Amino acid sequence: MKLNVNGTVHEVDAPEDMPLLWVLRDVLGMTGTKFGCGMAQCGACTVHLDGQATRSCVLPVSSVGSRMVTTIEGLSPDGTHPVQKAWAEVDVVQCGYCQPGQIMSAAALLAHHPNPTDAEIDLALAGNICRCGAYQRIREAVRAAATQRRADR
Amino acid sequence: MTALSRREMLRASLLSGAGLFVAFHIPRKARAAAQPPAKPLPDPNAFVRVAPDGSVTVLLAHSEMGQGIWTGLAMLIAEELDCNWSKIRVEHAPASPVYAHPAFGIQMTGGSTTTWSEFDRYRQAGAMARAMLVRAAAAQWKTDPKKLRTENGFVLRGSDKLSYGELAVAAQAQTPPKSVKLKDRKEWKIIGKPTRRLDSPEKITGKAQFGMDVRLPGVRTALVARSPVFGGKVKSFDASKAKGVKGVEQVVQVPSGVAVVASNFWSAKLGRDALTVDWDPGPGATLDSAALVKSYRETARTKGTVAAEKGDAETALSKASKRVVAEYDVPYLAHATMEPLNATVKLEGDRCEIWTGTQFQTMDQLTAGRIAGIPPQNVSIHTQFLGGGFGRRATPSSDFVAEAVQVAKAAGVPVKVMWTREDDIQGGFYRPLFLHRIEAGLDDKGLPSAWKHTIVGQSILTGTPFEKMMVKNGIDETSIEGIVDSPYFETVPARLVTVHSPRSPVTVLWWRSVGNTHTAFAMESMIDELAWAAGRDPLEFRTAMLADHPRHRRALQTAAEKAGWGKPPPAGRARGLAVHESFGSIIAEVAEVSVDDQKEIHVHKVSCAVDCGTALNPLGIEAQVQGAVAFGLSAVLHSELTLKEGRVEQSNFHDYQVLRLPDMPTVTVQIIESDAKMGGIGEPATAPISAAVANAVYALTKKRLRSLPLRFA
Repeated sequence: MKLNVNGTVHEVDAPEDMPLLWVLRDVLGMTGTKFGCGMAQCGACTVHLDGQATRSCVLPVSSVGSRMVTTIEGLSPDGTHPVQKAWAEVDVVQCGYCQPGQIMSAAALLAHHPNPTDAEIDLALAGNICRCGAYQRIREAVRAAATQRRADR
Repeated sequence: MTALSRREMLRASLLSGAGLFVAFHIPRKARAAAQPPAKPLPDPNAFVRVAPDGSVTVLLAHSEMGQGIWTGLAMLIAEELDCNWSKIRVEHAPASPVYAHPAFGIQMTGGSTTTWSEFDRYRQAGAMARAMLVRAAAAQWKTDPKKLRTENGFVLRGSDKLSYGELAVAAQAQTPPKSVKLKDRKEWKIIGKPTRRLDSPEKITGKAQFGMDVRLPGVRTALVARSPVFGGKVKSFDASKAKGVKGVEQVVQVPSGVAVVASNFWSAKLGRDALTVDWDPGPGATLDSAALVKSYRETARTKGTVAAEKGDAETALSKASKRVVAEYDVPYLAHATMEPLNATVKLEGDRCEIWTGTQFQTMDQLTAGRIAGIPPQNVSIHTQFLGGGFGRRATPSSDFVAEAVQVAKAAGVPVKVMWTREDDIQGGFYRPLFLHRIEAGLDDKGLPSAWKHTIVGQSILTGTPFEKMMVKNGIDETSIEGIVDSPYFETVPARLVTVHSPRSPVTVLWWRSVGNTHTAFAMESMIDELAWAAGRDPLEFRTAMLADHPRHRRALQTAAEKAGWGKPPPAGRARGLAVHESFGSIIAEVAEVSVDDQKEIHVHKVSCAVDCGTALNPLGIEAQVQGAVAFGLSAVLHSELTLKEGRVEQSNFHDYQVLRLPDMPTVTVQIIESDAKMGGIGEPATAPISAAVANAVYALTKKRLRSLPLRFA
């Protein structure tokens, strides 16, 4: 089957029921998207499907179809997406394992809600667990990214 | 006993222990050589490398698991090396005796010890490298090294300058100096300066490589079916269906269970789902959490092994004006690191290569070597970023590494053994279930006059190689830390602390802040109960008890002032406080909470004040304190593992709940200026949050919650 990941169309040989996460990681060798729970509970596997934040660990690859998959590797060529810049500026990461998922959730939120309230930020990222507890800076960084994004317009 | 002397004792006992570990594996006559030597200057080449392109590579003797040493240890090198910060690169060091922990004698990360234990060694390595660069420049300029100075990656003589890159090769040929003078505190430019993390760029782009991300040619993926009951064994298994799954290559038995070896994760998972194993569950099959708590409650009414005793607590209790009796209990908890456990192992001839995120390189080498039948030095460990550690990647038995070596050995191919979240939640090595029973008495002035304390809970260290060092007279140090060394105790004239350490097939382990997770909860809840019983303000009561502990008092007052203690909180809210010393640092926390109509507890704000001695990186300290509070809040508000018929009832994040973003309070962190001996920072802030929240809930509702997670019945 064909799979469009970060603008490149791949011919993928994988069982239809294999979750997109494992196609990305084990078949295409793109390990930026993380495995955390396997049941859409932690958000570490978050990617964009046509711009929507989606948990790739429970999504059979056959259901992706022609939709565009964006992973952390494709969010920006060099880590300069406003969310990534805010993440660096606010010094968010600790162990870093959940951060690709956090960043993908935050980027999808801001794409649809450029000026989110704190409640909207909390809701949009409630599905992304961070065991290091970097939540406070995650919240600050999403706010900072929103401000920056508006300033860039 | 002060934390300092305990630390020194721990250090002494572990040092002798390190000799002991080595003695298991090295012939007796070589033992003398294996003893940790007195501290000479480090070999600078092991810790820092300056390359002709001007880059400075810092080698980390410890593992980066989120705590920020990737940046912190580099700051120590850079402070003395005077290099250009933008040219710094960091790498995990290989497993080697040269990287043994300066205090513990084995290569490891844990106990919130990295920064204080490496404070001298990394600065010395930086200073030595600088001296070698200066000498190389002096040789080139044919001048006296004393006439030269260094700045931002250059050696300078008047207006002449040579870059470190230009000098790198010549400096390498210099003999390392026999002594170096470290900068005086007043000369520090980097230490103490808020510094952003060096690992951000790779961690925000998905490029950072965790153990889970290791991909090597020919490496298969394996999942292991383990006994659903602790201590259970494989009776027999039927692999026919598993072998029918596309991609499954082998099904092999290993000591911990049955491994399904496949070409990728998904095949291994489907294969394991299709596997039928007949288990002999053993005696663990009757374990039940509710029954366990009940039996602990009964045990707590009997006297255990004496851990501390002064005066006659019983008599003093009978004479007390007021008595308060309370029992506090905490459940089993999984660490639930975001990156599930994994290890990649390649066995080839008399060599073993391991790629993993580990906190225990030396133990892993010893264990892997024993399984593979090769000397430990033939085991190479490629430490990857750890997707969280919290103690789980520091098992004395090296459980997940050992198992991966077993699978590689049984399957005869290189394998990456991966754990699913269910494997992790149900796989043991938990923070043990503990119960504290405290009977305390107040005298007619409203101050504690008697304290009888019984602790019931499994020992973490009994049965491990650490038992000889850290279990004294049958008492595990980690069961009593935070109680027997509590500064409150000095003021109680009659006190008795005894311990029961029941055995269980459930495997237990250190979990961020270890014994302090429950001892601070019991201690600081009881102090609060006594303050209310005495009719005194909880802050004033503590301050009175801590008259001889100015650092504790200052932390309390600093946190309380920021929180607005003494001023009325917003409507529907109340505040509670706690102070606790652990890992050489003192942290006071004031929590502001509310309780909604559904009886759910919400924590809105936490004001923290920390005295950790010299503060290397304030930005990192703030992150660690905020994170440790969040980690603790998971246990305060949500997390609990329960056993029924020997089986863990929870399996993933839907029923083993942890803190999520909407629950996160605003945590303010004030770092108290202090020239006290440096303490740890990764763990201490986890300890006091449980009592701070419980005390706030009491202030609000006059209901005393004494079980974690806190719930209204």
